[in-house]
Amino acid sequence: MDLSLSPDERAFQTEVSDWLRHNLDPALADKVRRGQRLTKADMEGWHRTLNGRGWLAPHWPKEYGGTGWSPIQRHIFEEECCRAYAPRVVPFGLSMLAPVLIKYGSEAQKKTWLPRILDGSDWWCQGYSEPGAGSDLASLKMRAVREGDHYILNGQKTWTTLGQYANMIFCLVRTSNEGKPQQGISFLMVDMTTPGVEVRPILLLEGTHEVNDVFFTDVRVPVENLVGEENKGWTYAKYLLTYERTNIAGIGFSMVALEELKQIAADQHRAGRPLAQDPLFAARMARAEIALNNARIANLHILWNAAQGAGNDSGNGASVGVESSMLKIKGTEIRQQIDALKRQALGAYAAPFQPEAFEPGYNGPTLGPDYAAPVARQYFNNRKISIFGGSNEIQKNIISKMMLGL
Amino acid sequence: MLADTLTRFVAQDYPLDARLAAGAGVPGYAPEKWRALADLGVHGALFDPRDGGYGGAGFDLMVVFEAVGRGLIVEPLLASAVLAGGALAQAADPKTKSGQKEHLAGLVSGEKQATLAHFEANDGWDPTHIETTARKTDGGWVLNGKKSVVRAAESADFLICSARSSGVPGDKDGLSLFLLEMDGPKDGVTLQSSQTIDGGRVSDITLGDVTLPETALIGRAGQAWAPLQSVLGRGVMCLSAEAVGLMDVIRDMTLEYLRTRKQFGQPIGRFQALQHRMATLVLEIEQARAAVINAAAALSGDTTDGIATARALSAAKYTVAEVGTLVAEEAVQMHGGMGMTWEYPLGHYVKRLIMIGHEMGDGDYHLSRYIRLGEAT
Repeated sequence: MDLSLSPDERAFQTEVSDWLRHNLDPALADKVRRGQRLTKADMEGWHRTLNGRGWLAPHWPKEYGGTGWSPIQRHIFEEECCRAYAPRVVPFGLSMLAPVLIKYGSEAQKKTWLPRILDGSDWWCQGYSEPGAGSDLASLKMRAVREGDHYILNGQKTWTTLGQYANMIFCLVRTSNEGKPQQGISFLMVDMTTPGVEVRPILLLEGTHEVNDVFFTDVRVPVENLVGEENKGWTYAKYLLTYERTNIAGIGFSMVALEELKQIAADQHRAGRPLAQDPLFAARMARAEIALNNARIANLHILWNAAQGAGNDSGNGASVGVESSMLKIKGTEIRQQIDALKRQALGAYAAPFQPEAFEPGYNGPTLGPDYAAPVARQYFNNRKISIFGGSNEIQKNIISKMMLGL
Repeated sequence: MLADTLTRFVAQDYPLDARLAAGAGVPGYAPEKWRALADLGVHGALFDPRDGGYGGAGFDLMVVFEAVGRGLIVEPLLASAVLAGGALAQAADPKTKSGQKEHLAGLVSGEKQATLAHFEANDGWDPTHIETTARKTDGGWVLNGKKSVVRAAESADFLICSARSSGVPGDKDGLSLFLLEMDGPKDGVTLQSSQTIDGGRVSDITLGDVTLPETALIGRAGQAWAPLQSVLGRGVMCLSAEAVGLMDVIRDMTLEYLRTRKQFGQPIGRFQALQHRMATLVLEIEQARAAVINAAAALSGDTTDGIATARALSAAKYTVAEVGTLVAEEAVQMHGGMGMTWEYPLGHYVKRLIMIGHEMGDGDYHLSRYIRLGEAT
């Protein structure tokens, strides 16, 4: 495996970074850098910009609007986007639903829904977890009862990220109580403007509104919105999760966070010298940097192997199966490690909490250095990453079962 | 492909019992297996074509030494081919030192066995902290000092020995390399030898007014740091790859044990407390493998950025020290009493894995070196 970029790949990298320089609105990048809240319009605008260039869905097969890039090119693209402080692409339609539709959906569904994901007609959210079904996802209870040409849905979904912006939700629902819990699950697409759907915010510990409860009362969903076969939804659900996990690993974001950490540690002083020169802190930073670099190479290695093995799987090299569990665990551990070091590096200035500073357009003063404002909030917010997408403990269960045969 | 050949050789012709017996005896390895390895082409794979080999790049070292680790091979490939051979190849001036060229050829072919006598008791793994001195005389050189825990020295046909011809310990300038023939007792050279806990033999070498001819000097006086640094980096590469090979074996053994050992009426691998620890080992081993790939790529690439290469090597050695210790200790724990026995193979792989952290710098040394080199940029 050759780790150095080929001349073509280097040219690609330049192309991407040039394009980002000319097309990513500096004001938007500045908001990302400062940890300010992005509006719905910010995110939709960025999707539009990417889509205009044909780069919104690099991991899709070319026939549906993908780019036909190699895994290495995709990796380069993601790193360059992170480095430029581009907003994160909203993954629910692009990286979660779309791979499922492409692999398991009907031709009509692909034709209807994939273009709408690309052009921003729909904002999707994910209806997986329920109050009683978190790590034990297969125990989910939300009912879908067939009545003529419709399913009637009753139940509750929770932890629905950015559900407040969404007009569509894909749901795992129970269509049968026969057999093992996994065998009675179906995968449905639901229009959230249907009567009986209600979204209520859940505030997170650091005060942000990211996630929601979604309640369903006698919601009527046309049967053509069933993906694949009835009672086979668990298979599709798991396939989706491998994409979600790979996405969560977030190596590019950790690389940016590490650079920020270095800048903070160079600027912060302890006992007359930069914190970066404190031997204990320098060792903590170096350990994080080495771990991140190792994870980056390991990820490339896994993606590379997946691409070799994927062959003609609809040109869909992003599916890495059980390895995604490994990527997720290590990637989230490192991200949390770096976030914790950034928090530690601020000393007392980690404490001031000024929510107005995270609002779009805020340019007023903050207590402490400019870079301090979002750090503690990001640290607390990112405690979620080892929990969602299947907690890291669940990932270890998956590794034990699927990879180690225990 | 060579890795497969090596693995097959170990499986078919060199069972663990024989390897352990060789490692515990004198000279600390099996000379006939040493020759067999040479016949398979293992030595040649560790040398660059311009030095008479057919490999020598970072990935060549990686592949061979992962197999060395997997096979728990005790033959001194690192000491002789990579370190002594590498030092000769990189430091010697091929135009003027015809004798040394023959010595190099002997190491490439495996007909000779040598070792590098470099590290000392007080160096704290700093390879520039050399106290052994070389004093210029009319007809040659006089060496005084002591070299610590030199692998495969008793059996060596010759030693490549570093000494300071000028400057003070810690200086990069002033280091020189000498070739000491060991074809018989040598005035002033005393070896105090021992077996090691992980197989093979080591010696403390005392040099008391050892007189050497002018021709014993390798390369130019005082200019040995550059070749030494390169060779020691390659050594770090090999040890890191060997550690990954050992970890792969330990992982497989531990998995097998979790699947077959029954307690409370079921395989102990059914217990989540063990499953999660095993999953952690598996993913940490992949991190270690990534660190080694990264180091091999750095060594194989263009060498214009010496600091980046050195950092990648230290990152790898640090990573395998951290992960290796975790893997070794957890594997013994999960094996319970069986992991503590001599008879069960696990312990022998574990000992070697831990002892790799005691060669050419431990994890702390390489982490602090990584930091220091980063500050320099």
